Amino acid sequence: MNSLGELERSVMDLLWASAESLSAYDLQAALASPESSGRELAATTILTVLSRLEKKSYVVRERDVRPHRYRAASVRAEHMADLMHEVLGGANDRTAVLERFVGQVSNEEAETLRRILAGR
Amino acid sequence: MVAAAITLGVIAILLAWPVPVILPGARWAYRRPALGLLVWQLVALIGGFSMIGSLVLLGAATFATDLPDAATGMWRFVTHNELPEGSSVWSLLALSGALFLTAHLLLNLLVTVVYAERERARHSQLITLLSEPIAGRPGTRLIDTPAPVAYCLPGALTSITVLSAGLLQLLDEEELQAVIEHERAHVRLRHDIVLIFFTAWKLSLPWLPTARNASREVALLLEMHADDNALVHVGRGSLARAITIVSEGGALPQRSELSSAMPESTPKELRARLLRLA
Repeated sequence: MNSLGELERSVMDLLWASAESLSAYDLQAALASPESSGRELAATTILTVLSRLEKKSYVVRERDVRPHRYRAASVRAEHMADLMHEVLGGANDRTAVLERFVGQVSNEEAETLRRILAGR
Repeated sequence: MVAAAITLGVIAILLAWPVPVILPGARWAYRRPALGLLVWQLVALIGGFSMIGSLVLLGAATFATDLPDAATGMWRFVTHNELPEGSSVWSLLALSGALFLTAHLLLNLLVTVVYAERERARHSQLITLLSEPIAGRPGTRLIDTPAPVAYCLPGALTSITVLSAGLLQLLDEEELQAVIEHERAHVRLRHDIVLIFFTAWKLSLPWLPTARNASREVALLLEMHADDNALVHVGRGSLARAITIVSEGGALPQRSELSSAMPESTPKELRARLLRLA
């Protein structure tokens, strides 16, 4: 994955962790701190990343203050839930696949399966 | 011409109905999934061409005796707006049918590809923000979620294999290797491209058994094909346990019908994948 993607992730992590909205300069300082990426970045770079994220609706820009402040559009857990929904298809019967599966095999097959699953 | 049209028509019907009804579950295909995949691709390709071809030949039969003759007649119709001698309403109907079917198939393919690519880009963006690279395993990323999840996101330039923290907890080293090699095989063998053609095929002709059965069975054969590639690197037991654990959480992304994602596996399909390892 490209470094721009990684930078987007660092910015989002900071916004998700922050209780209040942050300006590009707050983010610049936070990113430069050793506990974050420790990277010294130009403010324009951060503004570019922020506008990309805004376009994709990950961040909301507060325009009534100068400099503009940014906050995460929704909490991280919500995005994670969306992602899991996409990956798992939202089907809650997924975990039951194996139980239904066990009910469908004959004794002979069950023995074969046990042998395969116990093998190397 | 008429005889050729009928022959192609019969081939089209055979490939659209009895063949794709009989073919799923064939043992020889499960033993050699690459061969099975080849056969399914031929069934779809020849089926599609013979459907269109029989309509073209049928339409041209009234005014032409051979193919060059038919091509000349149709070309004059397009350029000079002149109906070939002997052509009837039926020939026009058959030829328009062929044209419509061709356009319909190509358009559906285009829509499927565009939609899948947009979904993939959006999902990839979400993954970038929510996961971190796994040190020492290039091309893999870790999402911090308890569900046991492993899937691959094929891309034009970079492909990502996504693993979840929950999965890493459940798998030992060799089982993890099995999952990674399985996903890597999907990516390396461009299984996403095979699948997208069958997804488009199903979308175009949803009422045909060939399209419905084909996309399901092809998805299963792709899993088996990837399993075989993982077996080169890991033992059968490890692979079988990995398959079982991953299928509890979700093997590959299941998104909308249109995307190139592999469909969710049913217990029957899971059993088929495990028993062939015996």
